[in-house]
Amino acid sequence: MNDGRAIRAQHGVPAAPGGACPSIAAERLVKTYRRGAERIHAVDGVSLAIEPGEFVSFIGPSGSGKTTLINILGCLDNPTSGRLELCGRRIFEEGAALGESKLTDIRREMFGYVFQKFYLIPTLTVRENVMLPFVFYKKPGAEREVDRILELLGIADRRDHLPGEISGGEMQRVAIARALVNKPRILMADEPTGNLDVARSEEIAGILKDLNTKEGLTIVLVTHNMALARTARRIIELRDGKLHTPA
Amino acid sequence: MIGIFHIAYKNLLRKKTRSVLTVLGIALAAWVLTSLLGFNRGYQNSLNKDIDNLGYQMLVTAKGCPYEAATLMLKGGTGLRYMNASIVDSIAAQPEVESVTPMLMQAVFDPNKGESGGISAYLGVDPATFPRMKGTLAMKSGAWFTDPAAREAVLGYEAAELEQREVDDMLLIPDLDVEIRVVGVLDRTGTQDDGTIFMPLAAVQEIFGQAGELTGIGIKVKPEADIAAFEERMYRLPDVQVVSLSQVRNTIMTLVSTAKVMVFSIAIIAVLISVVGVVNTILMSVMERRQEIGILKAMGAKARDIFKLIWLETVILCAAGGVVGSALALGTAKLTEVFIRGVLPFAPSGGLVAIEWTLALFTLGVVTLIGILSGLYPSWKAGSVRPLETIRSEVE
Ligand SMILES: Nc1ncnc2c1ncn2[C@@H]1O[C@H](COP(=O)(O)OP(=O)(O)O)[C@@H](O)[C@H]1O
Ligand SMILES: [Mg+2]
Repeated sequence: MNDGRAIRAQHGVPAAPGGACPSIAAERLVKTYRRGAERIHAVDGVSLAIEPGEFVSFIGPSGSGKTTLINILGCLDNPTSGRLELCGRRIFEEGAALGESKLTDIRREMFGYVFQKFYLIPTLTVRENVMLPFVFYKKPGAEREVDRILELLGIADRRDHLPGEISGGEMQRVAIARALVNKPRILMADEPTGNLDVARSEEIAGILKDLNTKEGLTIVLVTHNMALARTARRIIELRDGKLHTPA
Repeated sequence: MIGIFHIAYKNLLRKKTRSVLTVLGIALAAWVLTSLLGFNRGYQNSLNKDIDNLGYQMLVTAKGCPYEAATLMLKGGTGLRYMNASIVDSIAAQPEVESVTPMLMQAVFDPNKGESGGISAYLGVDPATFPRMKGTLAMKSGAWFTDPAAREAVLGYEAAELEQREVDDMLLIPDLDVEIRVVGVLDRTGTQDDGTIFMPLAAVQEIFGQAGELTGIGIKVKPEADIAAFEERMYRLPDVQVVSLSQVRNTIMTLVSTAKVMVFSIAIIAVLISVVGVVNTILMSVMERRQEIGILKAMGAKARDIFKLIWLETVILCAAGGVVGSALALGTAKLTEVFIRGVLPFAPSGGLVAIEWTLALFTLGVVTLIGILSGLYPSWKAGSVRPLETIRSEVE
């Protein structure tokens, strides 16, 4: 596995005491689901570190635990056991998790999330959908940031359209824009091209790559598409909830 | 910048039909509620006005059923019983009595009236006491009678319109072939007096061959008198029926209260149904949007943000329903009046349904409060959706 320190040095991100931000450190993460009498280890002892500015992709067959893992790393879900640190701050350690309101703050400030489904509100325009996070979380300069992101993702000319009037690729760009307006440090993308054709998928891949190189955004991508996974600088393979270092 | 109100409003537009139907449900409840309250107020007012306009607090009639008497007094009627005029003096002699006015009511079927004929009511009144007692009656034109036995008539406002007569015109009493001269026309009062033809008592007695007979005696009681004791004494008089207005008022109110209870039950049921409708609609939309709510939470919305959003949606629905319902009630007050008039055993002649802005606002307030309360549960439920909901449902 890659050494986090090396990457940090490579990208010129200064190391801070207790770990630079945003860095994710996970140790022996386990997530167990119960299905009837059966126990499913969706994530089974995963240890890894994601450094600032990295573009990591998780790949693996369906059911290998990618979604479960990225949700734990993104502070959307708690592991059954193990340890999780974000920027040196303890999120979860052996049964004790941060309170929900602190987690909300962390999600707000650190993460942007993109999913396979876009979850756009059909009666709001593209611009209004992108602005949605600010309804709950007022920030000065929000309007300008929204317009900047719309421009950045090439959907500025679609700003006054409703989601039903634009293509699937454009809808996913809107969803990415919405995930980015809060200026997150890390973008968590779970199968973001799952609903798109090859051409649109490549467009999204290009956008993610640009965001990583030009904006310095840390990106964690989940996919079962090898071509898309290759957009990332680092590919981590999962099999049955365990890391599977590729040959 | 967009606010939470904008989002709530746009969310409601997503299932337009459902939102509109819910609003209609609430509007219906608000409509029923406003109309009922308006009726409650209007009826009481009109009844009091009718009774005040009578100018007397007690009416003596020949023995008969009290409801008939009430109808007779306020509405006029046929099938009359008579009493001898000699009783007037004995009543006037009572210490509590300020003044009395004898009356003789005669009703004649007029085949030329309206489309299929109608009843003309002639009320013989005492020119010396009646106009004084009925201070609220005002002349539109002309004056009261020139002579206590003159063959003259003063027409109520509507009677004049119906008969198409003005001052100095002649009026024919059908069947009897008697012509009388119109000497006055009254202003509109909004009471039964509008449809009455007033004549001197002596003239009516003579023309209709009822010399010395009366159908009613109005009694004005002295302000300081003990009315209850006086009523008690009057009830003991033989062969006559004494109706006091407080008694009439009570009788009518009792009759009406049955109808009121019914309408009130309908209003409560309508409100309950609409509350269930609102809760159902909002719960449904919360269920449909679980994943989306999860996303909002992942985006940094707190439980109380989501609570506020869903609550606002509920309140908007209810307030919209309240506005529509109150407006509907204001707009259909006349129609409601016609309907209620058809249903009630007795209705006073004034407006039955008094719906004002204050009442409409009150209903709006009530309905909005209902929204605020019924939104609590769905909003709490939505607020407790976990951000993970989003992804978990994707797995399944
Ligand atoms: N909420 C859940 N309850 C029970 N089992 C679950 C739940 N979520 C995921 N799983 C199981 O955990 C395993 C990993 O799922 P997931 O993380 O979604 O894999 P992937 O995203 O790689 O397809 C699967 O066997 C899945 O059925
Ligand atoms: Mg998955």
